[in-house]
Amino acid sequence: MRRFVPALLVALLASVPLWLSDPYILNAFITTGVFTIAAMSLNLLLGYTGQLSLGHVAFFGIGAYVSALTSLGFDVELFEGFHVVHDPWPVVYGFILGTVFAGLCGYLVGKLSFRVRGAYFVIVTISFAEVVRLVALNWVELTQGPLALTNIPPFTLGLPGLGYATLYGKIGNYYLVLVVGVIAYVVIKHLVQSHIGRAMIALKENESLAVSVGINVTRYLVLAAVVSAAIAGASGSLYAHYLRIIDPDIFLFLYTVTMVIMVITGGKGTLAGPVVGGAIFGAIPVIVRSFAAPEVQWILYGAFMMVIIFVLPHGIVPALERWFAPTTPKPERIAPQPSASAE
Amino acid sequence: MSEFLQHIANTLILGGTYALLGIGLTLIFGIMRVVNFTHGELYTFGAYFVFLVVSVLGLNFLLALPVAIAAGLLLGAVIEFLLLRPMRDSDIDTTMLVMIGAMIVMQNSEQLIWGGVAKSVSTPFPETPLVIGPVSVSYLRVFVLAMALLLIAATYILINRTKLGKAMRATFQDRDTASLMGVNVQAIYTATFAIGSSLAAAGGALLGPAYVISPHMGDIASLKAFAIVILGGLGNITGATLGGFILALAEELGAGYVSSGYRDAMGFLIIIAVLLIKPTGLFARAERIG
Repeated sequence: MRRFVPALLVALLASVPLWLSDPYILNAFITTGVFTIAAMSLNLLLGYTGQLSLGHVAFFGIGAYVSALTSLGFDVELFEGFHVVHDPWPVVYGFILGTVFAGLCGYLVGKLSFRVRGAYFVIVTISFAEVVRLVALNWVELTQGPLALTNIPPFTLGLPGLGYATLYGKIGNYYLVLVVGVIAYVVIKHLVQSHIGRAMIALKENESLAVSVGINVTRYLVLAAVVSAAIAGASGSLYAHYLRIIDPDIFLFLYTVTMVIMVITGGKGTLAGPVVGGAIFGAIPVIVRSFAAPEVQWILYGAFMMVIIFVLPHGIVPALERWFAPTTPKPERIAPQPSASAE
Repeated sequence: MSEFLQHIANTLILGGTYALLGIGLTLIFGIMRVVNFTHGELYTFGAYFVFLVVSVLGLNFLLALPVAIAAGLLLGAVIEFLLLRPMRDSDIDTTMLVMIGAMIVMQNSEQLIWGGVAKSVSTPFPETPLVIGPVSVSYLRVFVLAMALLLIAATYILINRTKLGKAMRATFQDRDTASLMGVNVQAIYTATFAIGSSLAAAGGALLGPAYVISPHMGDIASLKAFAIVILGGLGNITGATLGGFILALAEELGAGYVSSGYRDAMGFLIIIAVLLIKPTGLFARAERIG
């Protein structure tokens, strides 16, 4: 039965534009979808390898900026008389380049920052995101700085011979986000259920033990960082071409926090966790907006996060699983008992 | 040359306040192993407290600093009691997430209460600056530096010359042994967080009137404080003091000779460089406090 839940959910989500016409709610669905994809990518690092990366928004923003700049074109003078000129390319190339470039940054950041652990890793990742934000703010020639990149073209999709469709509207973007979300989910699912995923979980549970049985720690951590960063970059690209305007505020720490809250609330280290968390924190602004200032929304976010950590430290999905576990007996898979035999 | 001297003067004034922030954080991080994301919000809190005392209540400016320090002490104790005490045995990532939640609540509460528009505080100091040769500094900033140095000295005495300081140093070195020797570790944690918070509030109370006060002024103050702690080494108060001045120097020179837009990037580049080259900090001797 549980195997069909994801398929049913996708079918339900696919039907949303058919019965929902309120553009504000549909907009909330799209942005929630984008951030849920980013949260899924963060979950790969935070939930499966146990590394709390608080600079994740950097990859999201890099994906957005690279994708937007690829499709807009630019003319930058690096040195005196040395110009780098790029003509506008189709948006699909921007999406691919944004994803690849974010993955590349994930590789570099991973290579450097996985030399330290714990609090120091967290601080290095935040510092990286802040440096990227300051570059986006100050390299005005390339990024327009605080004036923002505007008139970013929307996605154009199509097959030669069948014609092209440009996604100006919300419905087209909604389906695009849904498709990318499903692909990201499937990629992450296959990754964490493979031997790579088992190695990652082994690292999280006991790093020195994992090393002693021959798991190359840095290699798996960097691999997780690359995949995670690339997916975050893809979601950033979707965001840029949907909003069609981005500014350096895309790198704000608050967006990382949004992703972290989604993962923690839903349940880190579970596939469904970021989706559940994404749905909850996508709904809060829609509900709160009707009666309170935006600050109240953030205060609720922060308070909710603290309450969840106090009450459900593992998140909602593991709690639900435990809730339902006794009623659905699984004869072939006996729950491992925390006994002396594990020692 | 005169430009350089002016940068040095600015460095001293900024560095004193940075040192306060860094000392507060290095105490909390060193003794409690808590990554205190609310540090920047306590800094903002101190600044708004000066605004409240001087501009709203109309009291004397010189009264504002002790009041802000006392308020920081109280707020720090409350945060520690409500949020950190129940989390005592959790791992560092969990307490970090709780502190991020607290940071978001505090920051947005400040914005809700005071509005997003930056505030400035009128001070009793004369508008005309003090001119020493090629260097000119406002009297307010001289006062800021003097107060910062006074508070740094007071913290040194507290840590090295009092019974509470001795208990804090013992807890830093070995929590369990300190507890066996009769140190009330729970009380030491509360005291540590309260003292660290009051130093952050003092930093905001000093630097806020020298610039402007806005809800987002604490955004990167936490991270700058981390840069200082990492520079100086964990729990090293002398290191944090020097780290504060080094960060201020890097920012001043970066802003003056590279580009003013990258002033705030200096701290982050320092963090990345130090952690990757010498993760124990520049002034690390052994892991001890004082």
